[in-house]
Amino acid sequence: MVNNAKRYWLKFSESKISVLGLAIVIAFIVLAFIGKYVVPYPEHIGSFVDFNNASLAPSSAHIFGTDVMGRDIFSRIIGSFRNTLLMGVIVLIISAPVGFMIGVIAGYNKGKLIDTILMRVTDIFLAIPPLVLAMAIASILEPNLTNSMLAVTVMWWPWYARLSYGIASSLRTENYVIYAELTGARLPHIIFKEILPNCLSAVLTKMTLDMGYVIIMGATLSYAGLGEQAPAPALGSMISQGVKYMPDQWWFTIFPALTIIVIVLGFNLMGDGISNMLGTEES
Amino acid sequence: MSSLVKTIVKRLAWAIVVLIGLSIIIFCLMRVIPGDPARMALGPTAPEEIVELYRERMHFNEPLPVQYLYWLNDVAHGDFGQSTVTNRPVTADIAEFLPATLELVIWAGIPPIFFSLLLGVIGAMYKNKWPDYLIRFSSYIIIATPAFVWAVIFLLIFGYWLPILPSIGGRISMGFTVPPVTGLTVLDALLDGQGAAAWDAFLHLFLPALALSLSHIMQEARLTRSYMLENSAKDYIIMMTSQGVPKGLINRKFLLKPSIIPTVSIMGLDIAAIFGNAFLVETIFNWPGISRYCMKAILGKDINAVCGVVLLLGVVFVLTNMIVDIVVMILDPRMRQSRSK
Amino acid sequence: MDNTIDISLANQQTAANDAVLLEVKDLSASFDVYGSTSHVLDGISFTVEKGQRVGLVGESGCGKTTTLKAILNVLAKNGRVDHGAVLFEGRDVFQMDSNELAEMRRHGAGMIFQDPSSALNPVFSVETQFLTALKYAYGVGTPKQELRDIAIEALNNVMLPDPERILKSFPFQLSGGMKQRVCIAITIAAGRQLLLADEPGTSLDVTIQDQILRLINKLVEEKDLSVIMVSHSLGVIRESTSHVNIMYAGTVVESGLTTDVFQNPRHPYTVALMACLPKLTGAGIAKGIPGRVPDYSKPPKGCRFAPRCPYAKEICHNEKPARTEISPGHWVSCYFANEVI
Repeated sequence: MVNNAKRYWLKFSESKISVLGLAIVIAFIVLAFIGKYVVPYPEHIGSFVDFNNASLAPSSAHIFGTDVMGRDIFSRIIGSFRNTLLMGVIVLIISAPVGFMIGVIAGYNKGKLIDTILMRVTDIFLAIPPLVLAMAIASILEPNLTNSMLAVTVMWWPWYARLSYGIASSLRTENYVIYAELTGARLPHIIFKEILPNCLSAVLTKMTLDMGYVIIMGATLSYAGLGEQAPAPALGSMISQGVKYMPDQWWFTIFPALTIIVIVLGFNLMGDGISNMLGTEES
Repeated sequence: MSSLVKTIVKRLAWAIVVLIGLSIIIFCLMRVIPGDPARMALGPTAPEEIVELYRERMHFNEPLPVQYLYWLNDVAHGDFGQSTVTNRPVTADIAEFLPATLELVIWAGIPPIFFSLLLGVIGAMYKNKWPDYLIRFSSYIIIATPAFVWAVIFLLIFGYWLPILPSIGGRISMGFTVPPVTGLTVLDALLDGQGAAAWDAFLHLFLPALALSLSHIMQEARLTRSYMLENSAKDYIIMMTSQGVPKGLINRKFLLKPSIIPTVSIMGLDIAAIFGNAFLVETIFNWPGISRYCMKAILGKDINAVCGVVLLLGVVFVLTNMIVDIVVMILDPRMRQSRSK
Repeated sequence: MDNTIDISLANQQTAANDAVLLEVKDLSASFDVYGSTSHVLDGISFTVEKGQRVGLVGESGCGKTTTLKAILNVLAKNGRVDHGAVLFEGRDVFQMDSNELAEMRRHGAGMIFQDPSSALNPVFSVETQFLTALKYAYGVGTPKQELRDIAIEALNNVMLPDPERILKSFPFQLSGGMKQRVCIAITIAAGRQLLLADEPGTSLDVTIQDQILRLINKLVEEKDLSVIMVSHSLGVIRESTSHVNIMYAGTVVESGLTTDVFQNPRHPYTVALMACLPKLTGAGIAKGIPGRVPDYSKPPKGCRFAPRCPYAKEICHNEKPARTEISPGHWVSCYFANEVI
């Protein structure tokens, strides 16, 4: 076990930029947890007003400057990590297994009625431009963090269904699956012991890369005013509010935007590293 | 060719099924919102009898499946109801705004394909040399950046610091009038013989289309490069080399074609993503398109408009996927068979 | 005086050399794999004369296909020749300029790949691939109809019914056996002198494999071609070749007339190989050979078979044995060939 772990690490760390990605991701996760204890102005994360210090350019007191309400932008950005991470984790923890199960069941029973039904339903969800569905749901229900997480989850699972469908339907002709069937193994065993281990690397790689995209989706939703509402900080909404003040108070938008880019970059780089580590092809 | 036709007919049939499913979902969403739709449409001050009459007319008192059938009937006749924001029939709104978005999506979807193939081929040809490194490095950063961030960046650069490209201000500069034949400004201008106007419209399209497509260009470039490299080691390429076929011909024709097919087949998904991202980009650039309209509708809880747009986008999306599949079938003969396995 | 003797010797050499089509001279090749180097081929030497059928036998992974690819100079990008030469009609393929190399590939030698399914480009029709190969073999200006006729004749030669239909087909529409025949047709049609057959028919049914082998033998006889037949099956080699080279781990351990080598194997590896064949008479179940193929990134210093050899002494592990001729035309690379039972 230990040897395996070491081998995996060696393969992963072959690429220095993957390690950089990992570092970014770890920093992001750590800050998401302890952020509000380490930032210079923790009280700015919530509702706070100090018009005397509003719209200050970046300085040593406020490295990213302050916004129109006088809140320290750096602290708010770090403070937004918690919800950002939460959205990514919750969306993937729900949509990946659900989508995966649906895809595996459909793929394993390929050709039968259940396959057609499940895959058509998946197609329907895929037929809607992703953002449109998320926005429609998030706006029809009340705009808050929970509903936007729900919306993104609902539109995310079909991708995992597609992925596992492809793998499962080709695996079911593999000998070891047929042997398992012949010896009387029941469906749960086949799914978890025979098919899952072979999908694992593809699914894990996708999940890591997806974290970045879910974060982008979350930012897009909060840009549109869906997602967590003021005064909670959210990267997307910070950008949308800042656009009005361009170009003079450029720091309103540039820093949140850069933050998004760096975080997503971190997940993408890490995802590439995981893909190398597990030996999957870039896809 | 008839197998091609059969496949198309089959896809069409499935497409209709999918669209019906989509409409059911939208409809249910529509009717699920808390609150009284009749009251919301007529406002809080309308007298109760009017509201009741409205409910009757709109069949709100009927069971849900029946309501759906009425709605489907309306939709089949082209009636999506009234927009509560613009107070016009939704169809009129759509007709006004859709072409702008369509044009944007077309420009963001199609020309970039050639760039991504080009970049991918360059990356493969100069593997591990500086052009390759440059492309790969920049692609990491570009892919990590959401489209709306690009839009903001472009706005900053070209709107304020270096105003050489038009940013906000719609599809065409003042002073040009173009008769709306198709609704696609560049095309209309060309049809009308107004070269300068066409160029102007194109310039207006450039930044939003670029913002929408940048990420995809780099992703497809990466894919193309990886497929080209993978395929160049395949037996069928080695066989051609071993027969003395010139390397240039092999690269241009026999290596290129199988390598671009998987990338092209993702186009449909890309266009879906572009449609989605168009929402924000249109808002940022003040582009008078359907997405901006829909954004306002969503934020204003204009249910009829939202459903109309979503359904319409669903139709467009399904059609686009079909077109992409047909293109792939033309390129890759293996796809022409209906999969019987 | 010395000059005259030299000249007559030289004349004798040339006379003998005229019959030699291909000479592989002490060829060593390695591949760069993930940071380490895999020294696959180590001092391979053999010759092929006009009209000869030479076999190359060995386990999977012993470098047979690599040798074939080296002959045509189509080694993978991460491969290189460390030492030695491959002389085709007296010219070293690794020293040829691109014109000579192209000439050699078009008219000199051609390879039939092991897996027909991967040897044909899946997105082009048979006609496109066939005619492209022919176009460069017969000259770029050759009219297309003429090339088609040649192709159809070749397809007839390999006993494929309905050549017109085959030409129009795509590879995925053909069975494995048909694809293999198409590949043979393409290689033969250009009138090449040397066929490199890489495990023909291995990936197909035994009955189809038999047909393919018969076909190859028939064509070789009809057109007086030379063949290098690569196989891991002693049975195939025994039936189809006049000369054989036994390969182990990138080295040729024994070579000579097929009848000689099979009746009187002198290298411990050859002896063990023969013993592996199940026989109808004599001892029952075949024994395997204990041990494993060496790690190519750290190959043994001396004889590569020494770690597994029951007769190995210290010198075997330290110094490579040279080829010795133990009887006319029968060469073995072993210090103790005469002691082997």
